[in-house]
Amino acid sequence: MKNFNGRVLFLDRADINTDEIIPARYLTEITKEALKPYLLEDLKFDGFDPAKDIAGKQVIVTRSNFGCGSSREHAPWALEVNGINLVIGESFARIFRQNMFNCGMMAVELPAGVIDRIFAEFSESPSTMATDLANSRFKITAGSRNIEIPFSISGFDRALVEAGGWVGYADGKY
Amino acid sequence: MGKTIAEKIFDAHFVDNPCDDIYVIRLDAVFCHEITTPVAVNDLVSRGKDRVFDASKIKAVIDHVTPAKDSKTALQGKILREWARRNEIKDFFDIGRNGVCHAIFPEKGFVRPGYTIIMGDSHTCTHGAFGAFAAGVGTTDLEVGILKGVCAFQYPKTLKIQITGSLPEGVYAKDVILSVISRLEVNGATNRVMEFSGPVVAGMSMEARMTLCNMAIEAGGTCGICYPDTVTVEYLWPFISGEFDSKEEALKTYQKFLPDPDAVYDGEIQMDVSDLSPQVTYGYKPDTVKAVRDMEGTPVDQVYIGSCTNGRIEDLRVAAQILKGRKISDAVRAIVSPATPKIFKQALDEGIINIFMDAGFCVTNPTCGACLGMSNGVLAEGEVCASTTNRNFFGRMGKGGMVHLMSPATAAATAIAGHITNSELYKA
Repeated sequence: MKNFNGRVLFLDRADINTDEIIPARYLTEITKEALKPYLLEDLKFDGFDPAKDIAGKQVIVTRSNFGCGSSREHAPWALEVNGINLVIGESFARIFRQNMFNCGMMAVELPAGVIDRIFAEFSESPSTMATDLANSRFKITAGSRNIEIPFSISGFDRALVEAGGWVGYADGKY
Repeated sequence: MGKTIAEKIFDAHFVDNPCDDIYVIRLDAVFCHEITTPVAVNDLVSRGKDRVFDASKIKAVIDHVTPAKDSKTALQGKILREWARRNEIKDFFDIGRNGVCHAIFPEKGFVRPGYTIIMGDSHTCTHGAFGAFAAGVGTTDLEVGILKGVCAFQYPKTLKIQITGSLPEGVYAKDVILSVISRLEVNGATNRVMEFSGPVVAGMSMEARMTLCNMAIEAGGTCGICYPDTVTVEYLWPFISGEFDSKEEALKTYQKFLPDPDAVYDGEIQMDVSDLSPQVTYGYKPDTVKAVRDMEGTPVDQVYIGSCTNGRIEDLRVAAQILKGRKISDAVRAIVSPATPKIFKQALDEGIINIFMDAGFCVTNPTCGACLGMSNGVLAEGEVCASTTNRNFFGRMGKGGMVHLMSPATAAATAIAGHITNSELYKA
């Protein structure tokens, strides 16, 4: 299974699309590794600088409809090769969400109020997310402060994470 | 309890229900292009599983960057070409016979009512125009589709969208769908099928229905879907006449997928389009929509007519009507990309290509082209394009560029004026 723990990158904007996650001009690459330098290159909003803010982060916390737009799996791949296997948000576009679990990664939805609280209490400090998959709980920590957050994913999503993705799952079964 | 179209299609393709509301369904077609398929092919090769579930159900095309622009895109084409050859995929459309996937596959008769289709391309929702369940997927879903002929989805929830009234002259399917997206917003249909019905949709050609369904994904929809009817049967007849004794029989067979009167919907909206005027986007999301008259005079640098949304023959005819005998403004450059070789030839035969060229348009080969800034027609930083495509994300058509989405009529009028304007001003 992939790593779902680490430093948090806060992306405080709704509707971050897959063109912003990985622009189409890089879709000429045919290896995942080649996408590494271009993650979130076209994402522009106050307080975010891809050149400085991505390094050393393993988890993204964001708002609603993350990953909308193109079906490109290059979006999860660009995250994966940067060591980011977990995105937590209020909601996700269908294809992006499925692509994440199909790669054995996780896109986990939390209620808007919980996302608001995480942003309010942690986004200004260096924060770390720890994932207890067996008990479906996150623990976010900044300095001496922490909160535990229960989450739920479907049995199917869990099976995909455990199988390392949809190819591994489907190949044995269909 | 009654069923929607999508539910009936799922029930007819059931393979497994691994848990919860997840259904694994059998696929009637898997469509492939050169951008999202090569990674799947390479992975299958590395797993020692370089095979396909049914070569006759796989269709492939090089369309995003064609002819290849550099060594990387040449390699993408090579991987797809060689894979198609060694797996004996007969319906592979290489350079010279290729066109935009969501235009060429329906044109070849590969989409039928009741079909299940996936492709590694978000605008696969286009094919729902035929009463099919067609969904864009990522490369991993595509890979499993190629190998096993199955895909997993949530059992479909459906949003019923009834388009009522009558479409005013000069207002098109593109204006309707922009207005629907504006109302739903960019995630208003997420995880739902958008079932389009009502008298306006019944009166639309297959081309217009494809424009409508093409942008379902811009509201987050899994698939757009229209009711199969006589228009559908007429379009498909050259391909299905061997399968049915009569058009009536074909219609009867296809209409078994129509929703039951007591089908249960996850939301219903009605839109009367009798007073709709031409629409255009103003921001960086497809739900930022205004009337063209409220954007009148907005300067643009480039005009683009083409794509899987609006690169079909009807679109070119509408634009040509406005362009005939006129020149584009010195303030703009304009590009038209007929979506398939058949459309290109039709446009040649009908004199449409001459009209575009005389007006000052650059005519390109069939390709996805400028739409996603991967090959030709890329914008420079700060430039603005009036476009008949489907996405206006920041940088979509080139880093730092802006796109205003509109109908072919509005795009043609804008090319003449040099700024966004209403096609009403250019009535013959």
